[in-house]
Amino acid sequence: MAVQTPAHHAAPARSAPTPGWARWANRHMKWLFAGPAMAFVAVLIIFPVGWTVYLSLTDAEGSVRADKSFIGLGNYLDVLTDTDRFWPAVGRTVAFTGVALLFEVVLGMAVALLLWKPFRGEKWVRAAILLPLVATPVAVGMMWRLILDPNIGFANQALGWFGIGPQPWLSGQKTALMTTAMIDVWQWTPMVVLILLAGLTSLPEEPHEAALVDGTTGWQRFRYVTLPMLMPTVIVAILLRGIDAIKTFDILYATKGKGGGSFHEVETLNVYAYGLSFDYNEYGIASAVLVIFFLIIVGSMWVLTARRKEDS
Amino acid sequence: MSRKRTPYSVFRVVALVVVVLALIGPLVWMVLASFKTTVDIYDAGKAIFFTPTLDHYAKVLKQANYVQYIVNSFWVAFASTVISSILGVPAAYSMSRFSMRRSSLVVLMARVIPGVSLLVPWFYVFSNLHLVGGYTVLILSHMFVALPLIVYIMMGFFDSLPLELEEAARVDGLTAIGAFRRITLPLSLPGIATGGILAFIFSWNNFMFALVLSGAQTKTLPVAIFNFVGYASIDWGGLMAAATVVTLPIIVIALFTQKYIVSGLTAGATKG
Repeated sequence: MAVQTPAHHAAPARSAPTPGWARWANRHMKWLFAGPAMAFVAVLIIFPVGWTVYLSLTDAEGSVRADKSFIGLGNYLDVLTDTDRFWPAVGRTVAFTGVALLFEVVLGMAVALLLWKPFRGEKWVRAAILLPLVATPVAVGMMWRLILDPNIGFANQALGWFGIGPQPWLSGQKTALMTTAMIDVWQWTPMVVLILLAGLTSLPEEPHEAALVDGTTGWQRFRYVTLPMLMPTVIVAILLRGIDAIKTFDILYATKGKGGGSFHEVETLNVYAYGLSFDYNEYGIASAVLVIFFLIIVGSMWVLTARRKEDS
Repeated sequence: MSRKRTPYSVFRVVALVVVVLALIGPLVWMVLASFKTTVDIYDAGKAIFFTPTLDHYAKVLKQANYVQYIVNSFWVAFASTVISSILGVPAAYSMSRFSMRRSSLVVLMARVIPGVSLLVPWFYVFSNLHLVGGYTVLILSHMFVALPLIVYIMMGFFDSLPLELEEAARVDGLTAIGAFRRITLPLSLPGIATGGILAFIFSWNNFMFALVLSGAQTKTLPVAIFNFVGYASIDWGGLMAAATVVTLPIIVIALFTQKYIVSGLTAGATKG
């Protein structure tokens, strides 16, 4: 085995005596290597999370430096009984995430299957898939504002060709949330495509060949052979995309601005918590919202991963 | 590759054309609009054929201080990527080799926690240190995006790297750190490229942290575009030029480094 190593690499280390600090460093390499990064993340996370929990139990508002007093679970009580802003925001978060995920997984699966077997021009299609993924979300929001503009936007002109009347898209109170979900679908379906494609190409060939010999239809092979084998990858895609979709901020803020629009029509939990923190400086209540939000995220992740263990 | 024209192969070509148009079309529309006069943007007849103008770019780059924002974005994304790599690559190596799975969860938490919950405490601490509005706080906050990505990608990369070469080097008398530096590190350059490119892209695209923590002079491009939207009416041409300016560099980088990006985005996805 040793022959593969170029001799000149090893030689100096053998001849020079190892100084004490170097021996110490080698013995403690594990923590020496992992320590700084972990310390950085821990300081930037653990302290803020602890502080958020603390703030959620106080009446902090106005300025982050202002005096605050401990008020127990008062903020949580306020938040959980708030049917005006909080619960609608929960509803929008669930609706946005659910719709975006559903479309992204279904469309992502369809496109991944289209790309599965090699074809001419594959390179171009793959490049096209990458573009929405890397495009800056704020710019994407602005771009769709122009395309979906009720008066000058291309979207309504295109609908006109098919005899469909103009839609309010982002400007409608009822349509805005689903329109932003569709923008999320445009930007992030490619992510699901890439993940599922990676999963598809790593599947074994034999079961498909066996099914082909058995004279199955394409749909039957997908339903009873491909999909079950691909299920773990599908769950990974849902998990990764779900964590980001539930926290969507850029697209919502770029298209509708503060408070999720004049009627809070796209105000999800994340946008609501941001507004409470930085537009209204209601730090105590904002922190309570954030703690609940975090529990919702962890809770849904837990449900998904529990499901995954059952499947495998 | 078969050249048979089955109904499916025809369907597949049509479907792929639709997919490509749906993905690229909006971006092309944005770039076209950035070259149109304001009058032409409002004119449906000039959707594709129009006389291009560079006025919007001239305005964005000269008057609106965008050159400064471009420099800011580059500097913040670059510095946070480099520092994150220096911290993250050895950390990922250690986590992979010594199976510190539980420790690596700390890094995973960074992806799960909503960024807003970190911003209020950061804002408090950093404003007390008089750092808000400077580059340091932006680089630190963007490292929060870059570092977990790099650790996650590099852990998968080190997991898949065979141990034999390193063991051979140890037998030949290299220390553990020496073997990492002389053998493993050179071999992991493709992985580092993958992590670095993705970290740069996501740092460049980040909006929320800079929205709160940047100052008038340290604004990054996404925040600058957002501020472009006035209250009364939108200068669509200027806005699309600004949006193109922020998106274009990242698209060029992505096209040249396709295979790294794809391997990074799908890292670990198939292990289930």
